[in-house]
Amino acid sequence: MSEQSSQSVRYLSGNIALVEGAIKAGCRFFAGYPITPSTEIAESFARRMPQIGGVYIQMEDEIGSIGAVLGASWAGVKSMTATSGPGFSLMMEHIGLAVMLETPCVIVDVQRGGPSTGLPTLPAQSDVMQAKWGSHGCYEIIALSPNSPNEAYSHAIRAFNLSEQYRVPVIVLMDECVGHMYEKVRIPKDEEITTANRKTPANTQPYLPYKPDEDLIPPMAIAGKGFRFHVTGLTHDERGYPVATREAQNKYVLRLSDKIRKNAEKISEVEQVYMDDAEVVVVSFGITSRPALRAVRMAREEGVKAGLIRLVTIWPFADTTIREIARKAKAFVVAEMNYGQIFYEVERCSSGKQVILAENLGGEAHTFEEILDKIKQVK
Amino acid sequence: MQEQEYDAFLSKYFRTERLPHIWCPGCGLGTAIQALVRAMENSRIDLNTVAIVSGIGCTGRAAGYLNFDSFHVLHGRAIPFAVGLKLANPKLNLIVLSGDGDLFAIGGNHFIHAARRNNDILVVCVNNFNYGMTGGQLGPTSPFGSITTTSPYGNIEPSFNLPWLAASSGATYVARWTILHARQLINTTVEALNRRGFRFIEILSPCPVNFGRRNNLPEGIDELKMYQKHTEVINFADPKLAEIRWEDKIVVGKFVDVEKPVYEEKIASLIEKAKGGRRG
Repeated sequence: MSEQSSQSVRYLSGNIALVEGAIKAGCRFFAGYPITPSTEIAESFARRMPQIGGVYIQMEDEIGSIGAVLGASWAGVKSMTATSGPGFSLMMEHIGLAVMLETPCVIVDVQRGGPSTGLPTLPAQSDVMQAKWGSHGCYEIIALSPNSPNEAYSHAIRAFNLSEQYRVPVIVLMDECVGHMYEKVRIPKDEEITTANRKTPANTQPYLPYKPDEDLIPPMAIAGKGFRFHVTGLTHDERGYPVATREAQNKYVLRLSDKIRKNAEKISEVEQVYMDDAEVVVVSFGITSRPALRAVRMAREEGVKAGLIRLVTIWPFADTTIREIARKAKAFVVAEMNYGQIFYEVERCSSGKQVILAENLGGEAHTFEEILDKIKQVK
Repeated sequence: MQEQEYDAFLSKYFRTERLPHIWCPGCGLGTAIQALVRAMENSRIDLNTVAIVSGIGCTGRAAGYLNFDSFHVLHGRAIPFAVGLKLANPKLNLIVLSGDGDLFAIGGNHFIHAARRNNDILVVCVNNFNYGMTGGQLGPTSPFGSITTTSPYGNIEPSFNLPWLAASSGATYVARWTILHARQLINTTVEALNRRGFRFIEILSPCPVNFGRRNNLPEGIDELKMYQKHTEVINFADPKLAEIRWEDKIVVGKFVDVEKPVYEEKIASLIEKAKGGRRG
């Protein structure tokens, strides 16, 4: 790819913008399996990767895809995969392995209606809790939610940066609408873009693969450089060797969560619109945040002091922000394309204030009227 | 080999601080893995380029004892992890070392597709006819009629013929030995390490504690005697004939040794092509 010396604007779909952002972030390995509505991501990588000296491989299924992504990451290459609901379900066990081995990787889930095969070509936002809790065990991941092709581009870069920095899988929770809509995408100049790379150990010997630094994150070795390190999905000590005790479990699994929890404020990002005097706060994300913003504007025209909180990152959840807002706000309306997922997170942080769900089981995005009606229900 | 020399050999290849290992008395894994490291010694392979990937099970634990960059990953998923590692760094020598249940039940799909693509990986399967780690359940390689904890009246399923599966899926090198054939196994492994492409070695290995004692092979030595009595060395036999049945001869030897374009090289030429003639 040629150097981007000047800013440019391109007309791209969310899926394609995400590919370009990932490439800009340094992604040079993609393994995937075709699935609607994420397929354009695989197709774009198939065309783009050879041009930039990267690898595209179509695997036999989504399990193999994310397995190959983890392997490639341990060879020191920024790696990702993309899928939708059914494939995301198949990836869950490997997401747990990525967490356990502290393997940087990016997983894009272009959400469609479910459960099961559901609505392959139509949108939903119902994989929010799966992204957080889908693999067994206790852990933390990071999830981002772009609401435009422009943000699909910038979120791809941020996803890789966070993944490299915290050695954690980062999930980009898109939805079919954002994946397939075409809009203007601002491609920044190279000097405007910051990319992060994982910490690497200074010496090959002695090397303890799971001895964390003060920031709770251990430097990560690369295969083939003489480290002779061992990693395992079993609970392990600082040497990477399996230890089956409560103490080892406590020590290791706590750190896996704490490295994210203790940085939640730094990672979490919310956009606040009309929030200065807001009494009714609409919480939304992804495509739903767009009709939600219109509903907020319409409510204001009708004299209701409404505001919008858009979750730019979904996980870790913006606890602090929501708790602060709950002190002043009268009520929350949670607009999401499911039957209540982020709703319960908002309720948890709402200090007993009224929380109304503007549900939508998927298939089409909310109309602004649907959200406006809920805003008006606040007494 | 003198004691001192042996210790040096041991610590070159094994994480000796992790010994003793968890394997049962009479298990064949020690012999199987010794053959692998002796083959490495004889092949003059650069040990820093070796990466071992194992799945879950008794054989899966081998990655943790071997002194290489080693990955103990998910049940059945060693092959895709290895595919990614190798593609991202083609200089690595990938060895997938795992058991029959891991590679051919839960992981069977990955095996056939990596063989079809001719990914440059050596897959070593230690076949003990059952799930040993979990206490001796039926597996896809348990011979017809085997008694296991989940086939208490005898196995009613036919078993996989692994050399035939590997050969028909496209593997470029296919061999089978038992741990009784230690020297042949070392020689075969040296040869396989020096080849490129998707290579497969099946090693028959006793599991007296969980499989043998339920199938008239109560001690490790009993299964070795069975190998001695029932195996027949035929090189380049038709892999169709490699099915394992209690009443028949077990064919061992090399079945396939061919050259085919390796996937990783094809990716490299794809990059050359795409960089040269860039489409708009």
